[in-house]
Order: sequence, then structure tokens, then C-alpha cells
Amino acid sequence: MDLFEYQGKQYFARFGIAVSPGDIADTVEEALAVAQRVGYPVVVKAQVKVGGRGKAGGVKLAANADEVRLHAGNILGLDIKGHVVHRLWVERSSDIAKEYYASFTLDRPNKTHLGMLSAQGGVEIEVVAEENPDAIAFLTIDPVRGLDLATARRWVDEAELDVPAREQAAELLVKLYDCYTTGDCDLAEINPLILTPDGTVHALDAKVTLDENASYRHPEWEEFRATETEDPREKMAKEKGLNYIGLDGTVGIIANGAGLAMSTLDVVNQVGGTAANFLDIGGGANADIMASAMEVINADPKVKVIFVNIFGGITRVDEVAKGVLEALQRVSITSPVVLRLDGTNAVEGRAILAPHLSDTLITEPTMLDAARRAVAFANA
Amino acid sequence: MSIFVDENTKVIVQGLTGGQGKFHGLRNRAYGTKVVGGVTPGKGGSDVEGIPVFNTVKEAVDATGASASFVVVPPKFASAAIIEAAEGGITFIVCITEGIPAHDEAVTYNRLVEEFPGVRLLGPNCPGIISPGKCNIGITSGDIALAGGPVGIVSRSGTLTYQALHELSQQGIGQTTCVGIGGDPVPGTNFIDCLRAFQDDPETKAVMMIGEIGGSEEERAAEWIKANMTKPVVSYVAGVTAPPGRKMGHAGAIISGSKGTAQAKMDALRDAGVHVCLNPTEAGQKMVEIVKAL
Repeated sequence: MDLFEYQGKQYFARFGIAVSPGDIADTVEEALAVAQRVGYPVVVKAQVKVGGRGKAGGVKLAANADEVRLHAGNILGLDIKGHVVHRLWVERSSDIAKEYYASFTLDRPNKTHLGMLSAQGGVEIEVVAEENPDAIAFLTIDPVRGLDLATARRWVDEAELDVPAREQAAELLVKLYDCYTTGDCDLAEINPLILTPDGTVHALDAKVTLDENASYRHPEWEEFRATETEDPREKMAKEKGLNYIGLDGTVGIIANGAGLAMSTLDVVNQVGGTAANFLDIGGGANADIMASAMEVINADPKVKVIFVNIFGGITRVDEVAKGVLEALQRVSITSPVVLRLDGTNAVEGRAILAPHLSDTLITEPTMLDAARRAVAFANA
Repeated sequence: MSIFVDENTKVIVQGLTGGQGKFHGLRNRAYGTKVVGGVTPGKGGSDVEGIPVFNTVKEAVDATGASASFVVVPPKFASAAIIEAAEGGITFIVCITEGIPAHDEAVTYNRLVEEFPGVRLLGPNCPGIISPGKCNIGITSGDIALAGGPVGIVSRSGTLTYQALHELSQQGIGQTTCVGIGGDPVPGTNFIDCLRAFQDDPETKAVMMIGEIGGSEEERAAEWIKANMTKPVVSYVAGVTAPPGRKMGHAGAIISGSKGTAQAKMDALRDAGVHVCLNPTEAGQKMVEIVKAL
């Protein structure tokens, strides 16, 4: 789960990481109130989960109430790369002497954590990595041992941060690592991390991605989940406990297992179709889950055909077949349904469907055959 | 021969008294796997359809001589169960648990490497391992596998592992061992571990490798194949049409930036001399050709 900047800053604050004083505002009036409270000048920042806000006019400096009114009014409702701004973060403007970059993420090939620190912050780290890779100090961290202050001190030296920033930065990095691990982040990134002319170091931005697998030990994440804006199809699917991603094509896809679902998208594409979605009903799916999946796909007006691709493992094909029949009774499925059923209890499953097969409820023996049939319907 | 397990492998099931543990543990036993015990704290002394249950892994190992463990416990308890298995003397651990936090996986993996260098973990979030006719640890349906070799299978995806077995078995092509390494960000066993074992196994004559988007394990495997592998490899990588930035089901399957795309993986594999196919059926057909020409 990706957090908005303001949520990332609030999350940082829980771990004692210094951020600028500020608050959220959903209206111009609220923005004015926050500005009054934190003191001018302020920065008005669009809260969207997409990069390039500054270039799109989503980040503005305001020296007084008139400017806050002007900028807040302009930014609220602004469309930044398809993301409409509904919320602002208004914070006290900081004088900047230097901009740095700091982040922690998992180094998958090495199966360790990776810290990245650079004295060249404020620009995209990918650009720094490409143009001047020596400007990034990489730190491999053993997940068992973690990051201690002594190591962080050597790290800020190696990254050649300005001397007055080093001790504060080292302490902040230890806190950021704590946030990354104890806070179960997939990514914790500060860009820029700034040094002010009066010699203090703090986070001016926050990019945090949380590991959803850890949500059972983070009840406080509920508030982040509440603000997740999503495709209405995805919302409906999530409510029904389905793993769904909306796409733009016309072939609705239901499969069990992420790999098989991805593969189904690929095969549909290879035979000339386009997928309307990715939908993995998971392992051990029963008739009810299958019926819910059919309903979600059916609610998508772009869908012209539903392609059900099941290879039973823990999932039993007879349960899937019952779910298909249940869905057909429960809601009026408007699109033809093409099924490919294999694996655990496939014979029983096909037998359950046999009396109901028609011109619009069809089974095919292989994945490729079924994809061709489905695409023929979609392109008819 | 087979890799990692064989007909003599004795297995205990951590979580045997739970719903899933019982279902799959008994299924594995019915397949012919030597399931010699179960572990559930507080339930020692009882049994599950004749399989004795112990309170700890140590007790189970002492009493049965098991060397492998099948971990079927909820995500909260999985890391502790894996470490307990290693401490109890188990040398091959299969964990099918889905949904373990990435930080827990990273700590567990590194603890195993540092404290228990002789222990191999397969998974988490994987379908397990099957050596047809000899041993099946995990959730793979035994009847889709065919004994006798000559093909070894290694796969990151669960259902595509079944699909691969099915494609080969239907054509009468058997498997030496089929390993599902799982799609999580910190897998205990990776492609290279399996490719190396298949390369060293005299009965395995060719390898089917199923990859998917995300990470760079396929690219690393390609490098290894180029330098070391003399046996033919057929590969399929799922997710050619997956959009960037969206998690396709499990934590591993995400394209970030320009990295982790199926195309980049296929290019790397092709460059390493691997037969890259565009769907599982095509991969099965290619393998049939290769096996017939052996």
C-alpha cells in the first residue's frame, strides 16, 4: 500500500523523524487555517500518489493568505497525470541549504536490506544513479543485525554529507531504518532530506510503501486504507475478498493463482484479444468466491466475454463449477462464459456443468482453445 | 534420481492438526511419502489418523529420525516454526504459508544462512516439491505428475507449476523432480539452487523453468545457465501483458520502473541459449521435441 506524502510524514513522526510543521486541508478555508497556525511562508502541496507534482503545478509557495487562497484554489481539483487532487498538505516553508537523498528497501537478489544515501538529493535518484553513480553511498544491511549508530556515522561520512549535517543525519537514518523495519515498509524514502541554514536536518518529503502482509500487526494502518482511492471495480472486488486489477480490454478473466492468471492474460493477448482485468480467486476458492468473481466481472460494462481458467490444486474444480451455476442464478450474467477446467476433481466439475452447457456457456479442453473461443466472442 | 528429496525422506508436518495441515499431510502420505510425525504445541501424544503428534520438532526428530519438515502454519507463526525446525535438526524445510511479512522472511532467511548453514528452506508461499513416485511434500496434486524422468521442473508460480506438470505428463514425459520455489520476495531456494541440482543429477536430462515478472531472479538464472548448464532448458515467463506498478497477486510479481519485465527476462534467457516459449502449452510441446531427440 502506497501512502500519501502527508501520511508518510505522519508515519515518520511516529518514529521520531523530524518533519516540517504542517497539516492536511481539503478546502481553501482549511488551508488558510493551517497556514495561520504554522506561520508564513508556507508550501501548499497536492496530495497525489504520483511523481512530478511540482512540474504539474501541484506544489506552490505562499507568502500570505491571498497567495494561499490562490494556490489552494488552483491545486484542489487539479488533474495530475490522471490523479485528481482532493487533499492538500500545508506546511511551514523551510530554508534549504542542502538537499540529500535517503532510502531503505529490500535488496532481493542479496536477500538483505539496502540503504541508499546521497549528497545529491532533490532530483530523481534514478537520474543520479545513471549519471553519477558514485554520488550514491550504498549500504548493505544484514536484517538480523540491523543498523546501529556507529555504522550510520560511517555511512554519512562515506556519502560526504556536509559536516554540520552528519551527526543529525546519522541519528535520523537509524530512526528511518526503525520505521522501515518495525513499521513494515517495503520502501521508506526521503527526497529531499534537507539541511537548513541554521543547521538542522529534517525530512521535506516522504515516500512510504507498506507491506500489506504485515497489516495484521498494524491496526493503525486502517486510517491509511480508508483514503485509498481506487477503481470502483477494484473496490467491489476487494469488498468480496478477491485479488483483482482492472485493465482496459474486453475479455473478463477469472483464474486461480497469480501465475496462471498472468499467463491467461498473456495467452488472450497472443490470440488477438485484450484482457479486461486480472483476477486471481486464490487457492482453495469455493463456490461462493467463484460466484462473487463472476458478479464483479459482469459489472464491468466493457466485458464482452468471461474466460474462466482453472487448474485445480487446493481449489477443487467441482466447487468452481457449482460457483459458476450459482452465479448464473444469482445475477443475470450478460456475457458468454468460456471455461477451461483441469486438475483436482475436474471430471466431477465438468459433469456438473454438462447439463447446462449452451451457445453461451462453453467448455474447452485446453487453455489455448478456450482463449481462442473467448477472443472470438469478444471480437465478434 | 531426484533432487532434495527421495523415497527415503522422512517428513514431519508442523501444523498437522490444523485443517490444511491435516488435509495435505494425509494427502502426501496417501501418495506414498513417509510422513512420520506431526508437531503441534500442546497436542503431543495424540495422533492424526495414526500419525503421531509431538509438542516440539526436537521431540519429533528424536522419535522418528525425520530430516524434512512441511510447515503449514499461519503467517504469524511461520517464521518461528521454520527456525524451530532448523534448531530441531531438520535439514530440508518446505513452507507453503502465504502472507508472511517481507521483513520476517528476510530475518528468517539470514538466520538460517548464518546459524544453520546445512539447512535448505523451500518457500515460503510455494506449492512444495514432488519427486513423482517417491515423495510429495506440499500441495501439488500427485496424480498430475508422472514418474521416471527425464525432465526437472522449477517454477516460481504455484498454478503454473501444475500446468507445467500437466503439459508434460499428458504427453507421456515424466519428471525427476518438480520444485515450486514460490513467488515471495525472499525465497529460501532460488532458480540457481535448483538448476545446479538438476545439472548434477544424472537422471535429469532437461529442465523446464517457469518464471514470472518482478525481481531479477530469472536474469541471474540466465547468467548461471550461460556459464554452467550443459542440459537443455525450456522456459516460459508469465506476465508479458502485466502493467507496470501493479502487484499481480503476490509480493514478488510487480514491475517497477523498467525492471522486472517479462520481456527483459525472456531476452536474458534467450541470450543464455534457453528455449523461450510464449505460453505453457508451447513450452510443453518444445520439451516433447527435446526429450524425443535425446
